[in-house]
Amino acid sequence: MNDKLFQERIDAEKKIEPKDWMPEDYRKHLIRQISQHAHSEVIGMQPEGNWISRAPSLRAKMILLAKVQDEAGHGLYLYSACETLGISREELVKQLHDGKAKYSSIFNYPTLSWADMGAIGWLVDGAAIVNQVSLQRTSYGPYARGMVKICKEESFHQRQGYEIMAEMAKGTPEQKAMAQDALNRFWWPSIMMFGPQDSDSPRTGNAMKWKIKRQFNDELRQKFIDQTVGQAEVIGLIIPDKDLKWNQQREHYDFGEMDWVEFWSVVNGNGPCNKQRLDHHKKAHDEGKWVRNAAKAYAKKQELVAN
Amino acid sequence: MAENATVWEVFIQSKNGLAHKHAGNVHASDKVMALENARELYTRRNEGSCIWVVKSEYIVSSESEDSEAFFDPSNDKMYRHPTFYTMPKGSKHI
Ligand SMILES: [Fe+2]
Ligand SMILES: [Fe+2]
Repeated sequence: MNDKLFQERIDAEKKIEPKDWMPEDYRKHLIRQISQHAHSEVIGMQPEGNWISRAPSLRAKMILLAKVQDEAGHGLYLYSACETLGISREELVKQLHDGKAKYSSIFNYPTLSWADMGAIGWLVDGAAIVNQVSLQRTSYGPYARGMVKICKEESFHQRQGYEIMAEMAKGTPEQKAMAQDALNRFWWPSIMMFGPQDSDSPRTGNAMKWKIKRQFNDELRQKFIDQTVGQAEVIGLIIPDKDLKWNQQREHYDFGEMDWVEFWSVVNGNGPCNKQRLDHHKKAHDEGKWVRNAAKAYAKKQELVAN
Repeated sequence: MAENATVWEVFIQSKNGLAHKHAGNVHASDKVMALENARELYTRRNEGSCIWVVKSEYIVSSESEDSEAFFDPSNDKMYRHPTFYTMPKGSKHI
């Protein structure tokens, strides 16, 4: 198959499967995007894991545990999809540790109070869902199927977060202030999760042509904002954007300027928790080495016994 | 870096009586761990009543690139389909 036939298959909405011919750049783009997505799920467990031992009730603790475990699962689904492109999981982890592969920079912000668990579920998972729903139609079969599985599990994540925010917003004045503070800190990084404005996004061209991406960053961001404004109103919290206003003509909310200088600075390693997140992952990986070795030795021994 | 882990394909029977269906894969060093990892990853919400795991290296697949040639022989055997046959007028339950 050549480029032309490949593009015809894409245009006909046919899925590309692991053994199909694909342009080298398509493969590279997918490895970069899927591994970044996988690393985000895995690193994303840290800010929430931070609160498991301090959850305010047994119910809250069980929910948070289940949610964090789901995120581990999402990471595994995505590593699986990525491996079908001919790269090993060991190599993917190495790329993360070497800083060659990135993860969503939202996870480089600290979680300072219990309300942050609410803000993350509501906003961060909420934004992720908008993106992942769109990616269910991505052209690469294993990635699309992974997205379908993930989307099924995500809906409880956003709801549990919104429930936390709603509870706190109608609690004591201190609790309400905590909820508002969490919203203030997570709002802008959440809407920047969709990536740079499309006019400044160099890779969008091929990704759209190959139908890896199905909707533009700005389109997805707008969708998220439009659906979230009303949710904030319902629970009596205020989105920290003075330019946020319904635009009758566009039938969408207008919103203020995002701080891309800060965004890129966090992406490039200068966020409050970049070093902590990566160090923790490396430490866990190194400390698990003897377990992996022991498991392998055990498997070998079992084989010897069997033969 | 450690050598690559063994990959196992996971098949799940969603309900007693139904066929096992491919769900994805897991990494594991032996079959017990493969089964436990599969349970943990693919059946956290009552998705299954039985799980099969099999080392990926044992799966043999046809190539989708020559799928046409591979599946072609079935096209000229229309007599394998019930619609091929003409039933006498007035016959029922057949
Ligand atoms: Fe997730
Ligand atoms: Fe999630």
